[in-house]
Amino acid sequence: MSKYKALIGLEMHCEVSKTKSKVFSSAENSYKETPNANIQPLDMGFPGTLPVLNKEAVKLSLMASIILHCRQPEYMYFERKNYYYPDMPKNYQITQNPPEDCVGMEGYVDIEREDGSIFRVGIDNIHLEEDAASLDHFYSTSNIDYNRAGVPLLELVTYPDMHSAKDAVSFLEHMRQVYQYADISDADTKKGQIRCDVNISIMEDSLDETDPENWGVKVEIKNVNSFGGVRDAINYEIERQTKLKETGEYDEMEQQTRRWDEESGTTIYMRSKVDAIDYKYFVDPNLPKFKIDSAWVEEIRNSIPPLAHERKQKYINEYGLTNYDASVIVKEKAQAEYFEECLKLGIDAKTASNWLTTQILGEINREEINLKDFYLTPALLKQIIDEINKGTISSKQAKEIFYKSIEEKKEPKTYISSDMAQISDKRELESIINKVLEENQSQVAEYKNGKDNLFDYFVGQVMKNTRGKANPVITKEILKEKLDK
Amino acid sequence: MDKTIEELHNLLKSGEVTSRELIEESLKKSHEIQEKYNAFVTILDDAKETNVTDHFLSGIPFGIKDNYSTKDILSTGSSNTLKDYVPFFTATAVQKLLDVGAVPVNKTVLDEFGMGGTGTTGHTGIVKNPWDTTRMTAGSSAGSACAVASGVYPYALGSDTGDSIRKPAAYCGIVGYKPTYGMISRYGLFAFASSLDHCGVLTRSVADAAIVTDTTKGIDEHDMTSWDSSDIHLYDSLNGDVKDKKLCYIKELCDIEVYENPTEELKKHLENFMNSLEVCKSLGMNVEEVSVDKQLLDALPSVYVAISCAEATSNMSNLTGIIFGPRGEGKNVTEMMMDHRTKGFSPLIKRRFIIGSYILQKENQERYFKNAQRVRRMLVDTWKNLFKSYDAVILPVGSGPAKHLDESKDILTKDTAALEEHLQVGNFGGFPSITIPNGFINDLPVALNITGNCYDDENVLNIAYAIESKMNYKNQIAKEVHHEQI
Repeated sequence: MSKYKALIGLEMHCEVSKTKSKVFSSAENSYKETPNANIQPLDMGFPGTLPVLNKEAVKLSLMASIILHCRQPEYMYFERKNYYYPDMPKNYQITQNPPEDCVGMEGYVDIEREDGSIFRVGIDNIHLEEDAASLDHFYSTSNIDYNRAGVPLLELVTYPDMHSAKDAVSFLEHMRQVYQYADISDADTKKGQIRCDVNISIMEDSLDETDPENWGVKVEIKNVNSFGGVRDAINYEIERQTKLKETGEYDEMEQQTRRWDEESGTTIYMRSKVDAIDYKYFVDPNLPKFKIDSAWVEEIRNSIPPLAHERKQKYINEYGLTNYDASVIVKEKAQAEYFEECLKLGIDAKTASNWLTTQILGEINREEINLKDFYLTPALLKQIIDEINKGTISSKQAKEIFYKSIEEKKEPKTYISSDMAQISDKRELESIINKVLEENQSQVAEYKNGKDNLFDYFVGQVMKNTRGKANPVITKEILKEKLDK
Repeated sequence: MDKTIEELHNLLKSGEVTSRELIEESLKKSHEIQEKYNAFVTILDDAKETNVTDHFLSGIPFGIKDNYSTKDILSTGSSNTLKDYVPFFTATAVQKLLDVGAVPVNKTVLDEFGMGGTGTTGHTGIVKNPWDTTRMTAGSSAGSACAVASGVYPYALGSDTGDSIRKPAAYCGIVGYKPTYGMISRYGLFAFASSLDHCGVLTRSVADAAIVTDTTKGIDEHDMTSWDSSDIHLYDSLNGDVKDKKLCYIKELCDIEVYENPTEELKKHLENFMNSLEVCKSLGMNVEEVSVDKQLLDALPSVYVAISCAEATSNMSNLTGIIFGPRGEGKNVTEMMMDHRTKGFSPLIKRRFIIGSYILQKENQERYFKNAQRVRRMLVDTWKNLFKSYDAVILPVGSGPAKHLDESKDILTKDTAALEEHLQVGNFGGFPSITIPNGFINDLPVALNITGNCYDDENVLNIAYAIESKMNYKNQIAKEVHHEQI
């Protein structure tokens, strides 16, 4: 690969899941297992229906545009992309048509790699459109679910600025974080909220990359629906194209669209650029052009919630977390929220971080669940941590309670019984200690004569008598008091 | 049913007639008219009377063009592609009438989806002109025009994309009004060409058009192109005072000298129009002749074809027979759609789809679609310029009375394309535009049109109202002419 350099551009589709209704219809915008439950006449293309633009969707897409350092349009309007397919009953998709004005034009985003180095990806455009229905194909039939039809969708198109599958995935991870932290979308790949097309070509490494003439033949890979898929598809395609270079067939290759086939792990030829579909774009007359007020843009700019990297810096600088822990926490917005909620409840930052990054994430990953659906909320976690701080339970016991609580879905305090709890009652401990000292009078005498290291022996005896439940701190206090007087 | 809305309302209020009686009369008349002229897709024999309130329209029957979506009532767009379609929601304009107690008694025939100007392309057959059954009503609001002119009821809803309300109104001797674009919500109107589509009404008097539009207009959350017109009161502003109002007419359309070998009909039509201008002057209005670039006027019909066909191709791609409408046959979805559309649409519509599709193709867009939009803008600017100096443009409608159904019987003058099609400028600019009858040629009605600037509907209607009051055609009912036996 050293002889060649890959040029990778991404088209990342992300559903805007944080609006109440769809982008042009009043149907609910929510993920539903029941098919065809979120539908209005417009979504089914009934005669006489008209699109009505969702202002919140425009706001959130402008927010994405601002975050990506894009230029916002002076006027906003939409175009029709005309094609016949059952996933779109109107048989046209309302979208924007860059390079015509759209939500965001010519921006960039800086991405931090795991090793801390930073690379910049140019954004050609980001535009707002309506999603299509989801189709499930079976042997002789297909099922259509129109719940997704009309959900606001942001399509982000990068320049071919990335050179490796790893960087492409870093870009996607970064953008997923942005969408989550800006409260634009849950950006949940499991719900199909993110879908990607990958553009890839290879060029001689020795040639000038700034000259598009040297970029090679663009191959578009459609419908790659997981980040792992993006990585594998890129690596496969680099290898495939490199082989073509080696055999001299590369220059004969036509600009083409291919499809990623997850099962075989290969890309499959779909159509040549020559057969590209003419979508007959034209401005949708039902959605009047409207001015994007610069004051509104400023208002949106000021309302952008703290994004991942800002939070990370805060965690390191203000809460004293390590770079590693902070990075792990901000990887998902739900985690950062969990962490910050813990702090609000008065839990110490390091304690919260430790519980979150070890026990909790371990459990989430093992069970493959969402942190939002995790039983042990920060308030419940606090029940455990409070008892450790009070010295009622040991850290070993704390972990046992943690697992019991999430397994049986019962509050931790139900497991902090008197039987299990440490003996912290001073009087009770005093009587036990008195008994121990009486039974070990010779050792007491030795201790008083200067054999200091016998102190631990007495502690051990108290533990033995209480089967380990004596609160070590209080025990030591009482022992000291009694022996040193 | 041959009375004005105001007269009917007073009769209802005084108890001289009941809503039930009006409905029965209207239904009886509907069946007669259906027999004679084929004006309806559906007659609602089970129409129920409503309470008579202080609202002018309560208890009074009306008709609805069949391209309005009406809940639980067959709505076909006069197309085989929707021949069994019963919607589950009602168009805003219709709903607003139902809300005040107006009673729909039938759904009227149109040219298939409004895409025609003859009244002959509906899936239930041609609509005949009630003045002369050998002639067209024009279209596309053919059934509505025929029924109102025949006295089935005082008003019927229409829609107007090129001149679909105003032309048939002219041919049937009644009033046809389309207000400023977006004044009446298009929600529930089957789309033909969205940037040109207007809802409107056909009546027998200007006051009736004002009353109905006062009710149907208003901003609608379902239509982003609708706007708030709550400070516009059409009926209340009809005072007939038009002194010092300024009108203009266009030389290149109205001067008989511009036509080579004009027919007698055209001569009479333009002469009659000039007489109407004298009526205007007698009302205290200033009337001036203006000149507009002939080349620009001649471009009118092709601009209309380009834009309307392009938008229609896209708008009507929802008609696949998959989700609604009769299912086509075929091995897969594509074949089923093709079968449905091949069987469902008339040849005229297919021709327009092909034109629209061709125009929208990437390689043709600049030459046809974008240029058509540019010329549209030039035409609109020309009219807007006129509105800087004049309250309205007054022009004759068409080149004479209704055309024959058998087109070979029509003797046509050359160069009348712009005269026939100029009402389309009202759609290009979204201008308020009203057609009123202004006389007869060989016992057949002819009409003039008043078009004003956007949002100036009150002024436009008041001018029409004043002219109407000086002529004898208000509330006229069609009288069939007798053809001599050969």
